[in-house]
Amino acid sequence: MKVLMFGWEYPPHILGGLGTASYGITKGLAEQGDMEITFCLPKPWGDEDKSFLNIVAMNAVPIVWRDVNYDYVKGRIGNIMDPNEYFALRDHIYADFNYMNVNDLGCMEFSGRYPDNLHEEINNYSIVAGVVARQQQFDIIHAHDWLTYPAGIHAKQVSGKPLCIHVHATDFDRSRGHVNPTVYSIEKNGMDYADCIMCVSELTRQTVINQYHQDPRKCFTVHNAVYPLKQEYQDIPRPDHHGKDKVVTFLGRITMQKGPEYFVEAANMVLHRTHNIRFCMAGSGDMMDAMIYLAAERGIADRFHFPGFMRGKEVYQCLKDSDVYVMPSVSEPFGISPLEAMQCGTPSIISKQSGCAEILDNCIKVDYWDIHALADAIYSICNNDSMFHYLQEEGKNEVDQITWEKVGLWIRQLYEQTINK
Amino acid sequence: MKTICLYFEIHQIIHLKRYRFFDIGTDHYYYDDYENERSISDIADRSYMPALNTFLEMIKANGKFFKVAFSLSGVGIEQLEVHAPQVLEKLQELNDTGCVEFLAEPYSHGLSSLANEETFAADVKKQCEKIKEYFGKKPTVLRNSSLIYSDDIGGQVAQMGFKGMMTEGAKHVLGWKSPHYVYNCAIAPNLKLLLRDINLSDDICLRFNNSEWDGYPLFADNYINRIANLPEEDQIINVFMELSALGIAQPLSSNILEFIKALPACAKMKGITFSTPSEICMKMKSVGNLDVPDTLSWVDEERDVSSWLGNPMQREAFNKLYSVADRVRICNDPRINQDWDYLQASNNFRFMTTKPSSNSLDRGIYSSPFDAFTNYMNVLGDFINRVNSLYPDDIDNDELNSLLTTIKNQGDEIEMKTKEITRLQTKLEKMQAAEDKLKAKVEKVKTVSKPVASKPVAVKETVVKKPSAPKPSVKKQKTNKEQTAQSNIVETQTETQSAVKEEKK
Repeated sequence: MKVLMFGWEYPPHILGGLGTASYGITKGLAEQGDMEITFCLPKPWGDEDKSFLNIVAMNAVPIVWRDVNYDYVKGRIGNIMDPNEYFALRDHIYADFNYMNVNDLGCMEFSGRYPDNLHEEINNYSIVAGVVARQQQFDIIHAHDWLTYPAGIHAKQVSGKPLCIHVHATDFDRSRGHVNPTVYSIEKNGMDYADCIMCVSELTRQTVINQYHQDPRKCFTVHNAVYPLKQEYQDIPRPDHHGKDKVVTFLGRITMQKGPEYFVEAANMVLHRTHNIRFCMAGSGDMMDAMIYLAAERGIADRFHFPGFMRGKEVYQCLKDSDVYVMPSVSEPFGISPLEAMQCGTPSIISKQSGCAEILDNCIKVDYWDIHALADAIYSICNNDSMFHYLQEEGKNEVDQITWEKVGLWIRQLYEQTINK
Repeated sequence: MKTICLYFEIHQIIHLKRYRFFDIGTDHYYYDDYENERSISDIADRSYMPALNTFLEMIKANGKFFKVAFSLSGVGIEQLEVHAPQVLEKLQELNDTGCVEFLAEPYSHGLSSLANEETFAADVKKQCEKIKEYFGKKPTVLRNSSLIYSDDIGGQVAQMGFKGMMTEGAKHVLGWKSPHYVYNCAIAPNLKLLLRDINLSDDICLRFNNSEWDGYPLFADNYINRIANLPEEDQIINVFMELSALGIAQPLSSNILEFIKALPACAKMKGITFSTPSEICMKMKSVGNLDVPDTLSWVDEERDVSSWLGNPMQREAFNKLYSVADRVRICNDPRINQDWDYLQASNNFRFMTTKPSSNSLDRGIYSSPFDAFTNYMNVLGDFINRVNSLYPDDIDNDELNSLLTTIKNQGDEIEMKTKEITRLQTKLEKMQAAEDKLKAKVEKVKTVSKPVASKPVAVKETVVKKPSAPKPSVKKQKTNKEQTAQSNIVETQTETQSAVKEEKK
């Protein structure tokens, strides 16, 4: 089966959870054996893992005819795409886009990030998708997140193949209910055209059904999974905090969606009763300054630390150095990070409003607003070794059972259902 | 002739309230009054009262033919006293018919039998006294919380003077044996064991209303026929369950009470009788030892203690709780004792189970085993602090144990000596009486007799001065004081003895 996938991020250059999830899904699918995956990326860096899929660089797809020779193309984009592919794609230019801002190869530039002119990039992306959809052979289209929905719709209209969209988040999660109408309209339009909507949790599925008025029969829950830790990360030792200060960690973007203020308030309650605990709020975001101010206002700044944004190995070092991982998200479509914490052997406390709470048993779940329960759970893990060890061991065992292979199998089933419909 | 032994457990725990760790040290009241009142009145209305009324009707209709046994946990009685006294009144009314037996069980419905012998003994004793107070009779048969039993527990129960004990007829213990006989404890042959018939009991308390079950619907005549068709030698059919099975687990709308009501008539037709546990222990002989090296219970498919002590959290909570058992006993503070009873209830540990089979378990206010553990440990943290404030923490348990043994030995010694003193005293009195008689005789003969009475009087005085049983304490000085008291007694005794010797002369 051949799949044409539209994505925005892909490891190793990722900005959020979307890239990790895209990798897991494609890898899980590829392990079926007979799946051929073409993955369209706005701006690949050339160091992506291409062993099991074919990456189409959208910034190297011509939309305007340019008479260039093989060697020139090779010199320009050889590191990210096969020049032959460029010429194959050039044969499928479908309209005159000379008025667009194109470069010497007839391609458009993408930032591959989330810039201010995001809507323009989304539009350009869908124009390029038209060329790709005309050139590629495929059985089904799979679009990840709202940025690529217009491209998916375009591809569906060009090819007549069924469209699956993957809802990694909705604007309701990001904005605590105050949706941006433009984003909403793009999301809604994508869902309306989709033949199959895959949601990363039941929570998201309910949002899609109720807020976007979709037919429940075409909405399916496809929970995310997690990849086993790299040996390099597994080998990071866990420091022994026995008899020393315990560390409680929040790791993520410090934004409204992640509920950082509840973490600070709970920390305040804990610190007013005990003193052998330190709190760490790693990451950056628009609410960081407000949180520093809040911690100072509560008088706990001496035990409340902001180490800033972390990447790569630092993240795992931080997780392994923690005794408790807390994710008090107000609305989290899925949330892979507690799974990663549990892989590192760190007990997790997650909000009941997180999608991953649906598939995890060996972690503590509290309502994000219930700072008393949150504080109590933090205190309990720090003070009762039996609970710490139980959550550590059983949590790790549980997460090891959640694999992308199983997710791949389920997505494959959904593909077949959709094609046969 | 076959006989059915019907037994029902009446127990409801005192529910703990939501207790955060910041309450530790500031709030010493741990209970959810609203939930306690709500749950007990609900159960009393929907189950206990209708069921007990049915039993009363059955007894009235069948004369002395129908018999039934109950056991009430102490905490259960306390709950009923406050929120549903009509249940206790009804039980007393049942008791007056003479067809009902009340059994002993640990007051707290706790797991003390697995942790601390003395706590267990005290726990059972407390409940027996309460039962005597209510029903006028001291129980002679014991059922441990959730029918927990092992050889060691059996040995201890026999020592406590019980004639019989109930436990589960678990297949892994019985093997080819049948639960329809009386067995005896392997290490205490005098303790008879009554084994629950799993199938016949669960048919009523687990499956009665299950329309997917092969035996559905269950009728009294079928049920009795099954018992009647058992081999001739199978004589005792033990049907044990919680009383709340009638009405809560199996709703009244399933007509379970009609089923129960029809049992005596059907049994009569087949010549099957009803007996109470103590009657069986009295009449029947044991057919042999039952070896139970590992602990049994009536819970879950495993029939062991894994639903209370299956995971490390449960074991930590259990160990922490019983680590203060000795201190609590020594404190003997009424409020501490009360909390001690409530915190011991095995249900608290059950809430923390992580067994997959427990998915359908009603965890009360707790959303997960971790939640249950956290709440319980917070309460326990406060409780232990209170115990420690009465009984300092800096004395470690070894030292405490040695002090306890010293105190206990001294207590035993003093008791022995008191006995000896009373024995000698009565002897002395007898002699004095004999002497008086002799004196009278002599006076009759008008001979002057020697005045000997002065010495015994002195002895009496010292006996009266004898210090009352020593108050337990940790302070070594006090122990020393006691030792002096001890030596005083020894002196007194030697005095007595010499006095007696003189008397003998």
